[in-house]
Amino acid sequence: MKDLSVTLSGVTLKNPVIPASGTFGFGQEFAGWYDLNLLGSISFKGTTGEARFGNPTPRIAECPAGMLNSVGLQNPGVDHVISEELPAMRKLFSGPLIANISGFSVDEYVRCAQLLTREEQVEILEINISCPNVRHGGMAFGTDPAAAAEVTRAVKAVATKPVYMKLSPNVTDITAIARACEEAGADGLSLINTLLGMRIDLNRRKPVLANVMGGYSGPGIFPVALRMVYQVTGAVSIPVIGMGGVSTARDVIEMMMAGAKAVQVGAANLVDPMACPNIIVRLPEEMDRLGIHSLREITRV
Amino acid sequence: MRFEITENEPLTDAVWDLRLTGDTGAITRPGQFVQVALPGFYLRRPISVCAWGPASLRLVYKVLGQGTEAMTHLQPGDALDLLTGLGNGFDPAVLGDSPLLVGGGVGLPPLLGLAEALLRAGKTPQVLAGFNRAEEVFLTEDFRALGIPVVITTLDGSLGLKGLVTDALPSLRFDSLAACGPLPMLKALHRAVQGVPALYSLEERMGCGFGACMGCSIETASGPARVCREGPVFRGEELMWA
Ligand SMILES: Cc1cc2nc3c(=O)[nH]c(=O)nc-3n(C[C@H](O)[C@H](O)[C@H](O)COP(=O)(O)OP(=O)(O)OC[C@H]3O[C@@H](n4cnc5c(N)ncnc54)[C@H](O)[C@@H]3O)c2cc1C
Ligand SMILES: Cc1cc2nc3c(=O)[nH]c(=O)nc-3n(C[C@H](O)[C@H](O)[C@H](O)COP(=O)(O)O)c2cc1C
Ligand code: FES
Repeated sequence: MKDLSVTLSGVTLKNPVIPASGTFGFGQEFAGWYDLNLLGSISFKGTTGEARFGNPTPRIAECPAGMLNSVGLQNPGVDHVISEELPAMRKLFSGPLIANISGFSVDEYVRCAQLLTREEQVEILEINISCPNVRHGGMAFGTDPAAAAEVTRAVKAVATKPVYMKLSPNVTDITAIARACEEAGADGLSLINTLLGMRIDLNRRKPVLANVMGGYSGPGIFPVALRMVYQVTGAVSIPVIGMGGVSTARDVIEMMMAGAKAVQVGAANLVDPMACPNIIVRLPEEMDRLGIHSLREITRV
Repeated sequence: MRFEITENEPLTDAVWDLRLTGDTGAITRPGQFVQVALPGFYLRRPISVCAWGPASLRLVYKVLGQGTEAMTHLQPGDALDLLTGLGNGFDPAVLGDSPLLVGGGVGLPPLLGLAEALLRAGKTPQVLAGFNRAEEVFLTEDFRALGIPVVITTLDGSLGLKGLVTDALPSLRFDSLAACGPLPMLKALHRAVQGVPALYSLEERMGCGFGACMGCSIETASGPARVCREGPVFRGEELMWA
């Protein structure tokens, strides 16, 4: 038996494979395919203060090695998540959950964090700062070190669980944002969120997405994500969850060699509902091939 | 789920008939769809179940872009990876004893499976099929072979009635309706048949096709709904169409 377990800020996961927020709903759709207890953890759909319908359709566009989405954080709102989704999830998954929180103001992040930090099964709060700050002209919190630090401090002040700030890749220097979050007290970081992209329908001569632009994810972004994880883990000393295009067991190991302590799998779940369990089954075989006994021995190259 | 292709033949210039064998156990209703994985394409393609048996599946697809073009090169014996049994499908119980099935172009295929189910339930469906012109007509003989009357409309009048499917409605008697086709056609039908129990099958661009990504959501009278999960078939009164 290989040791696949990893630890994030004192939270032990039986393996480093975590479905990424927004690609796994609240787990229900995947429970028909496999036993969710195979997973290390689950980062559930980005939750906001109120229910949101999101953007008009089309919200999905295909790319050569991935997809764009402009879902726009559709979710039933934090109160419904706590009263309905979490009790339903508990029946399917008994491990630690990661609560992915989004907000359009500092107050909204704080309100969601205050409520979700009390949930026993939630062991990590993952704060998605790729959202626009509506009070400040819509610039994303995650593109400004001061705004990222402000959210971090405000959430830390109410959180009783480790706080992981989820960084946007749509910045000039991601290490500046990462350091600002670390200095403001973040317990860890998650990266990367989607890269801003666009597709045009040649026949209609119009953008494919109703929202014009959307977030690019899938295998095409893996090298960019890997580079950013490597840069950030070189700049901070808090743990990093790596994601962006991870689709295979080898990608997981590569992310960990770039410095990640655990790995999230996003778009891959959408095209192959068995993506995560397949990765988990293949991990020990790849470790054997590479002479790795325990994932904990992998260090940043 | 692995399927094997037994046949892949053109029905018209643009519409192809794909027959497969494999485990169809997850398919429970006509109007459900499958997600087809195509080598070289990241997202799967949603295609309606046209007809199915215990180990056989028929898909009828129109060449639209690069993915469906690639499908025309599939050969008998090739394997195809499908997610099956997706979506709610048509509930035959919602329809009356003499339902009208309206298909616009490539909206017709799922209505064949529905027609078979309605016949099994002892109902007497009729079909109204709309096309642009005579050369584009397909699948109508499959309905006739089941003993179902088919009214055809073509935009240019080269076969059947000249005009849109809605132009043929006044001459038809029916107590309920099931329709699949372009959105403007569905909306026009909805306006024309107010008060009649009606089921509409919708299309949206899909990420997953099984409810995980929220890529395909629409607003309905009872709140947000995923076309891939709560749909693709919706009752007329659920739709927020003007
Ligand atoms: C529930 C459902 C059932 C369908 N059933 C059938 C059927 O039985 N027969 C048939 O011919 N077609 C059907 N379609 C439409 C079919 O999915 C598209 O024509 C096909 O995906 C086009 O792929 P492409 O690569 O050729 O086109 P491209 O335009 O190159 O595709 C690019 C991307 O857009 C998506 N896309 C493009 N057009 C559509 C569309 N109209 N609906 C959904 N996604 C689209 C593709 O899946 C792909 O992700 C159905 C669609 C849905 C949602
Ligand atoms: C359809 C979709 C919805 C997403 N929704 C969220 C979200 O609600 N919150 C969030 O932090 N990230 C969200 N993401 C980003 C993913 O969690 C992940 O960071 C990103 O997709 C990169 O990983 P991948 O390439 O493996 O998909 C979403 C991604 C996709 C594809
Ligand atoms: S396509 Fe993913 S939820 Fe419908």
